[in-house]
Amino acid sequence: MTIEETENEIIEEFEIFEDWMGKYEYLIDLGKSLPMIDEKNKTDDKLIKGCQSRVWMHSELKDGKIIFTADSDAIITKGMVALMIRVLSGHTPDEIINSKLDFVEKIGLTKHLSPTRSNGLLSMIKQMKLDAFAYKQFKV
Amino acid sequence: MPIYSINSIIGTPLKTLYLKGKNLLFRIILNFVAAIMNESILLSKTGFDMEKIRADFPLLSRSVNGAALVYFDSGATAQKPQSVIDALDHYYKYQNANIHRGVHTLSQDATTAYEAARATIQKHINAAHAHEIIFTRGTTDSINLVASSFGKKFISKGDEIIVSAMEHHSNILPWQQLCEEKEAILKVIPINEAGELLMDEYKKLLSGKTKMVAITHISNTLGTINPINEIIKLAHAKNIPVLVDGAQAVAHTSVDVQAMDADFYVFSGHKLFGPTGVGILYGKEKWLNAMPTYQVGGGTIKTVTFEKTEYADLPLKFEAGTPHIEGGIGLAAAIDYVNAIGLKNIAAYEHELLLYVTAALEKIEGVKIIGTAKEKASVISFVVAGLHPFDVGTILDQLGIAVRTGHHCTQPLMNFYCVPGTIRVSLAFYNTKAEIDLFIKGLERAIKMLR
Repeated sequence: MTIEETENEIIEEFEIFEDWMGKYEYLIDLGKSLPMIDEKNKTDDKLIKGCQSRVWMHSELKDGKIIFTADSDAIITKGMVALMIRVLSGHTPDEIINSKLDFVEKIGLTKHLSPTRSNGLLSMIKQMKLDAFAYKQFKV
Repeated sequence: MPIYSINSIIGTPLKTLYLKGKNLLFRIILNFVAAIMNESILLSKTGFDMEKIRADFPLLSRSVNGAALVYFDSGATAQKPQSVIDALDHYYKYQNANIHRGVHTLSQDATTAYEAARATIQKHINAAHAHEIIFTRGTTDSINLVASSFGKKFISKGDEIIVSAMEHHSNILPWQQLCEEKEAILKVIPINEAGELLMDEYKKLLSGKTKMVAITHISNTLGTINPINEIIKLAHAKNIPVLVDGAQAVAHTSVDVQAMDADFYVFSGHKLFGPTGVGILYGKEKWLNAMPTYQVGGGTIKTVTFEKTEYADLPLKFEAGTPHIEGGIGLAAAIDYVNAIGLKNIAAYEHELLLYVTAALEKIEGVKIIGTAKEKASVISFVVAGLHPFDVGTILDQLGIAVRTGHHCTQPLMNFYCVPGTIRVSLAFYNTKAEIDLFIKGLERAIKMLR
């Protein structure tokens, strides 16, 4: 599945919910799913700076594709992390760098993209794209 | 227009009776009764004409995320009354000109208005002289000014500067940086679990090496009201100057810098219902005169040649560049507004709100209030067991309720309480018990969703 196809799938899932309550409950459910990261990777150097909640993000390259794993101590943030991973994990650095991630706006989470100090989503996307750049540049 | 509706209703028949009273004794008794009633009515639950007060703040009537806004983040920045907005509007429509230099009428008018604002602020905090009021960009700017300028002249290697464990980063970092530059030592007054300063430890920290005590009047995170008079007295007994961070205090309590004998008192306009980008540094004349210039440039000089500059007297010595003219004028308008209500009345009403919200929060399972000092302003921090403050704040926001979540720029304090952050409710006199009820309902809903 391409990044865009996964995005469309998520947009469809969120269309079921008529109000914000449902959307956030769904995010919370996603967040409550098992930790997505190996405990040994939950170290301070994997923390994404600029989030009010703590987000650990780990990436590795397998067969030319980046595999992301992550976790957060805040559950809504964790739900957003789960969505980002579902969309971007398993794709090549180029696909990740070029992704537009329109789905964030379409599912009504745009305000989490505003560059205030409390919002982690923007920092999260930035970190994932930076990782992709790094893999592309240095072929780590 | 009277601010207290009940006061005016009861005041009228009393006045009529008074006029009818021919007997002098009768008049005296009536006067006495009226005085007592006025006092108790002003301080009673219904003392505020809340409808009028809320109507004075246009922003409070907007909705957020489809719900009526409940604004509980006045500790971050307070909303502005129409009179402040009008003052800014009036300034740009009728007064705008650069000040202190122009020969033309407009410039003179703007200068008069700006200097009148300085006098309003002087009177409000009871400073001895208008030139002891320095306009800055805000609390942070004021503290940086003092740390830099006072530090340049009076701090040397091995000296000590005392701050407290509950300081905002703005009252830590300028001193920390100064200490690094001068090889001085930063000492910290510890606090107890309730969030109160350990005064005995403070006394022990004061020594011949101490050159400055920089302390907050009211904690932005805990709401603790510090015993500022005693703190200053103890420091002065050893000839140590004290800087008081009044950022949170000025909106909740009246400040008399001469009575408290503060050497420096700093605050921001925007937390006092005034514009952003303007703040105040009050400093005793003797210190401000002794301190070297901070930022220099236009406005700070008497004469300039390439060889030597003679600097201006106070307050201009510390006000480089074209100032935030409309900010100063707007701040004076805000102070006039607050004084029309009366800070005593504000404090009494806010105390009622504090007790009300505290009691309601204590009833919710898993809620722990961080900061339970005996003397508290209407700032309440709390955590909910098992929940991240960010999650709670996000859900509350969806319900139109604005609270602050996070470390509130007091990371050392968060470490002390071993929490990643708190949810903070900071109330102003325009908030109501009905809003607190909405907030409590919202909080219960958020907890239900998140657990």
